[in-house]
Amino acid sequence: MPKVKIPPVLRAQTGGQSVVEAAGDDVGAVLNALTEAHPDLARQLFDDAGDLNRYVNVYLNDEDVRLLDGLGTAAKEGDTVVILPAMAGG
Amino acid sequence: MTPPTDVKTRASGADLISRAKDSIEEVQPTEARDQAADGAILVDVREQHEFEERHIEGAVLVPRGHLESRIEQFVPDRSGRVILYCATGIRSALAAKTMMEELGYEDVASMAGGITLWRDRGLPVVTPRALTQEQKERYSRHVLVPEIGLEGQLKLLDAKVLLLGTGGLGSPTALYLAAAGVGTLGLVDDDVVDASNLQRQVIHNTDTIGMAKTESARKAIEALNPDVKVEEHATRLDASNVIELLEQYDIVVDGADNFPTRYLLNDASVRLKKPVVSASILAFDGQISTFVPFEGPCYRCLYPTPPPPELAPSCGAAGVLGVLPGIMGLLQALEVVKLVTGAGTPLIGRLLLFEALGTEFTELKVKRDPDCPICGPNAPEIADEDLGKFPDYDLFCAG
Repeated sequence: MPKVKIPPVLRAQTGGQSVVEAAGDDVGAVLNALTEAHPDLARQLFDDAGDLNRYVNVYLNDEDVRLLDGLGTAAKEGDTVVILPAMAGG
Repeated sequence: MTPPTDVKTRASGADLISRAKDSIEEVQPTEARDQAADGAILVDVREQHEFEERHIEGAVLVPRGHLESRIEQFVPDRSGRVILYCATGIRSALAAKTMMEELGYEDVASMAGGITLWRDRGLPVVTPRALTQEQKERYSRHVLVPEIGLEGQLKLLDAKVLLLGTGGLGSPTALYLAAAGVGTLGLVDDDVVDASNLQRQVIHNTDTIGMAKTESARKAIEALNPDVKVEEHATRLDASNVIELLEQYDIVVDGADNFPTRYLLNDASVRLKKPVVSASILAFDGQISTFVPFEGPCYRCLYPTPPPPELAPSCGAAGVLGVLPGIMGLLQALEVVKLVTGAGTPLIGRLLLFEALGTEFTELKVKRDPDCPICGPNAPEIADEDLGKFPDYDLFCAG
């Protein structure tokens, strides 16, 4: 199963876990599996139309999925999905 | 009396020099100039102090006494054309013999008459600025590293770097850039030192609690390195002062603690084409990237809109491990040194994440966004008062 890295600001919604395994053969399916297991994440990741919120960057391994096939980007065993909101702390 | 037999075989210094010159190729200064223009590497084998007084432009310094230990750093290719010179052509002849016969270089020549004849022929030399004796001692470990060297140190001394924030990130960055001899450090911060800062903001100390952070930081910097000129800007960056402030500096280090400042800085830095080394921290996580306008992506290419307040807590609200900004701030200082000296590969187009609990680094690619409203090809003109703004500007958390 692909792994999903959860940023600090969303870990309250995953019970404190920073890495969660989620099944799916594309990034959208992986994120859906993630939000099924942790429903509070859905509102943070997706807008009402089901698209990724623009303030959340999602990477498959080291590539921004928006520059690949978006939520349709194929994911496989061993891949890492990184959820990355901007941080401002200094 | 019969003299000892080895006296006959012992050569004088003059003999050795003469034999060396016979066994190597010598070129005239004009030939050396032409060949250097065609790609031959010019190596000055004199001592550091002679090189500092004057040398031929483009030459690298490898004193003859360090030839065996250092030449490979500067001339890794043993088959390429190399021309050595010294003051008069003697040390370079001996060094050329060593390089050909003992170090395996295949195409080495010595410049006849050295830099003395070069100058007599009316050819140009550069007379670089030198370090003072005190600076030579202070920066000796930089000068020894080929990637920095004297030239890099002089660039650092000439550099003007603006630090946005003298807090968690700005403290270590300022200390190490000051130690490195960055000639001018501008400090932007309108805060005063609080006891709760001292767990991570190491440029301040117990005695400076209650003092303006810029003043507290200036005192620490001046105690560390009197070469550094500190400019205090005890103000908050806003649309009315950002352009004027940035114009005075070469590089900006973003250690701001809020999104409005980060977007404002980005928009102004793109307009002025100033590189920004940007880092942020929260709890155990840090991010860093270097934004060089039009060469790589800008902050808005990476983060087109800020997150809503519930996803953007400040360190004051969420806490931060004190060591974390030390690590991220020093990565920022490293980026600045690389940008100033030209050494290495900066984090342009790369976002480096650090997770402190697992001690884990993750690198992500960041590309320029063709639709970026600030650095994209179709970006509109933005009035000064609109820098840093976006539709939901007032909605999100400030600090």
